[in-house]
Amino acid sequence: MKKEFDKSITRALKNENLAGILDRWNYPAMRAKAYEEIDFEELRTKIADIKGRAAGHLDELAEKFKKAAEARGAKVFRANSPAAVKDYIASLCRGKGIKKIVKSKSMASEEIHLNKHLAKLGIQSDETDLGEWIVQLAHQTPSHMVMPALHLTKEEISELFSQETGKRESSDIQKLVKVARREIREKFFEADMGMSGANIAIAETGTLVICTNEGNARLVSTLPKTHVVIVGLEKLVENYTDAAPILAALPRSATSQLITSYVSFITGVTPNDDGSMKDLHIILMDNKRTEMAGDPKFKEALQCIRCASCLNVCPVYRLVGGHVFGHIYTGGIGTILTAWFNELNKTEDIQGLCIGCGKCKEICPGKIDIPDLVLEIRRRLATENGLPFIQKSALSIINNRRLFHTMLRAASIAQKPFVKEGMIRHLPMFMSELAEHRSLPAIAAVPFRDLFKKIKQPKGRVRAAFFASCAIDFIFPQIGEAVIKVLNKAGIEIVFPEGQSCCGIPHWGSGAFDLAADAAARNIKTLLEDDVQYVVTACASCATALKKEYTHILKEEKRDSLIPDAEKLAAKTFLFSELVQKLIEEKRLIPKADLKSGTITYHDSCHAKRHCGVYKEPRAALASCGYELKEMFECDNCCGMGGSFTVKQPELSMCMLKRKVENIKNTGAECAGVECPGCLIQIGGGLDKMGSKIKVKHIAELLVDKFR
Amino acid sequence: MFNTFKTKTEVAGSEVHRFGTKSKALDFIVEFMKKEGIADAPGFYAVWADCSFLKGVDAKALANKIPGLKFEVTRQLAKDCRIGITQMDWGIAETGTLVQDATAVEQRLASALSWIHIALVATDKILADMPSVMTKIHPNQCGYIAMISSPSKTADIERVLAIGVHGPERLVIICVDELGGMN
Repeated sequence: MKKEFDKSITRALKNENLAGILDRWNYPAMRAKAYEEIDFEELRTKIADIKGRAAGHLDELAEKFKKAAEARGAKVFRANSPAAVKDYIASLCRGKGIKKIVKSKSMASEEIHLNKHLAKLGIQSDETDLGEWIVQLAHQTPSHMVMPALHLTKEEISELFSQETGKRESSDIQKLVKVARREIREKFFEADMGMSGANIAIAETGTLVICTNEGNARLVSTLPKTHVVIVGLEKLVENYTDAAPILAALPRSATSQLITSYVSFITGVTPNDDGSMKDLHIILMDNKRTEMAGDPKFKEALQCIRCASCLNVCPVYRLVGGHVFGHIYTGGIGTILTAWFNELNKTEDIQGLCIGCGKCKEICPGKIDIPDLVLEIRRRLATENGLPFIQKSALSIINNRRLFHTMLRAASIAQKPFVKEGMIRHLPMFMSELAEHRSLPAIAAVPFRDLFKKIKQPKGRVRAAFFASCAIDFIFPQIGEAVIKVLNKAGIEIVFPEGQSCCGIPHWGSGAFDLAADAAARNIKTLLEDDVQYVVTACASCATALKKEYTHILKEEKRDSLIPDAEKLAAKTFLFSELVQKLIEEKRLIPKADLKSGTITYHDSCHAKRHCGVYKEPRAALASCGYELKEMFECDNCCGMGGSFTVKQPELSMCMLKRKVENIKNTGAECAGVECPGCLIQIGGGLDKMGSKIKVKHIAELLVDKFR
Repeated sequence: MFNTFKTKTEVAGSEVHRFGTKSKALDFIVEFMKKEGIADAPGFYAVWADCSFLKGVDAKALANKIPGLKFEVTRQLAKDCRIGITQMDWGIAETGTLVQDATAVEQRLASALSWIHIALVATDKILADMPSVMTKIHPNQCGYIAMISSPSKTADIERVLAIGVHGPERLVIICVDELGGMN
């Protein structure tokens, strides 16, 4: 299974078409433009509220919808399972002698593989959405929820069309579109039944809202005498006016349009062109949605409006496309939906594709914490199936930092730090299996914890505890020294609590919440032992653990008694640059006069920017210290490290790194700054392997000696 | 309101014209039909769905003047038409959208099957945003509310924009002040 999956990734990475298309589209910029006049936070809060409330009352809303739509002449069928939907449609077709169906886009019908089923019954069901039609002709599944044929080139499509029409079709896109118009137009007139999905189902009025750009849903719902609509229960909202905010966000997020060309509100039956009334059947499909709504964690996923913006910004999706996900729904949200609509174990491989960078969470109009839900899948898989023994042992070892260092050092002294044999190769951290792909820094002879004892500090008025992070402790002790030097200038004396261990992020990221909670408990205790004013860390991932995740993890693991202390710790923890900028603003740190430090570009680590919200501070501090900032393209896109991600998905990780390094090089800056040792290893190694002269440095190294 | 509406619709690829009076608008439409070669032959018809604009217009005389112009919108005529003319009930400035009670199937046939959709709207029926329009038109009264904001389009092949997939290639919006005062 895993091997097959890895092969599918390799194949996908070779297909540069998809990445090229997404790049040319430049979705982030186009999306931002579409939202120019909108307060996105306000809008998505409204949507999350509307959809969240609906998810809490699915059954009630479904009944309300049924009643309202039936009062207007529609027939409403509530189907629990895919089989029930298929049977209903089959019997409807049998009863009416229906042989030809035209379909407008419906992911719900894709979800249950309806076309295949209808074909078996001898019923011809033609997709009319251009992308869906292309995918149908290619006998494939959609690779993207909104743009199903995104993975195919115009040449490939011209080949498919030529087979269909029996003559050589041009590969000119405008001409191809006209071929589709011509071929499909007749089908609209010939079909006995129109079938569609819906973007919104309004319970109050029994209304279906359907958005299209091509206009095919208008024809599907107008020309054939029978119209069948398949709607997932998650499309329900309570009131007519609830549709407005969803319609404001859906097109902006999906295709960076203000609105789709066509939006139809269909309520009950309307006249056909021969004077008869439409035979309208609405199938409200459950297929585990109610079960999902009953899950305290996953209920949130029902807030999805199926815009697929999470796919468009996902650094992994843009490299591999949709088919790697193996099922109908793709990307981050697709992984979550697959876990429910199919089964949890089907996501064993694909959940590992999420690097947890948080890009999708930032732009989700349904306010869904997608990375958190993927992590929850990981946690449940780990709880149900257990972590592999080696991984579990390794995670236990890194909770004992001295033992961890001894082992790493032993391996490093053996001159084969990352050999193919032995335990080291299995460590699910940044040190294993990596040397093939990039240069790796050596393990320091003396860890920071021992070095610290020899550092002479002036007595300070204020004391701060330094949380070193494994990487600074073992690989980059000089960063720790720089942190101390800078903070000493502000009259802060640093203490090093000996009991500290790994912050727990690797455990958390592997779904081993129990081990993460152990790490939290140990670090909280040791960091609060000494009465210091600040706890400072120079690792963005550790900062995320200390500032944000400990309370969350402890709550998950039902260790509530520790939460007040976790909160106390969170309140006094600062990421290094955050504290430095605060000290500069308070004039407790004063940059030397007339500093000319050169040009720099700054990489935002995912943990610093999206988890801790720290991205202005490092830039301000660097500017105060004489650096001239040259922003890179996609400065906050993940570098591909992602802790164990780089071990588990080395190919993907390297493709992400390549992109990052290119963006850095294109700035022409002399130096790149980061505040996460993981990014430092990844980007530093990447630049070095590519023979670049650009140095990547931790911000503490960049700021040392810059203050009076 | 009109200016915002005009800007937004034009960005989305529609054409917007504004006339003070119905007769001026009608002159434009007649001229437009001539230019587009409307004739009494399949592929060259113009279908004009029933609407309040036509009140007081001598439809018969108009049909005589332009052979191929039909005021009866059937499935077959709509299929074979070049131009479809309908009157929309409301406009939304924020998104450049036209809104219509399209419960009567003729309205949909004329606007969905034609190559060129001419959409008439009273200038003062253009409101600020969707919530404003939602206070004016409600599913309880209309079985089919149609919102139209641009010609039919797709970007399903390589994210390249193409116009006129299943619906009109052109959306020509005619705002008439006289139909509903100034805006």
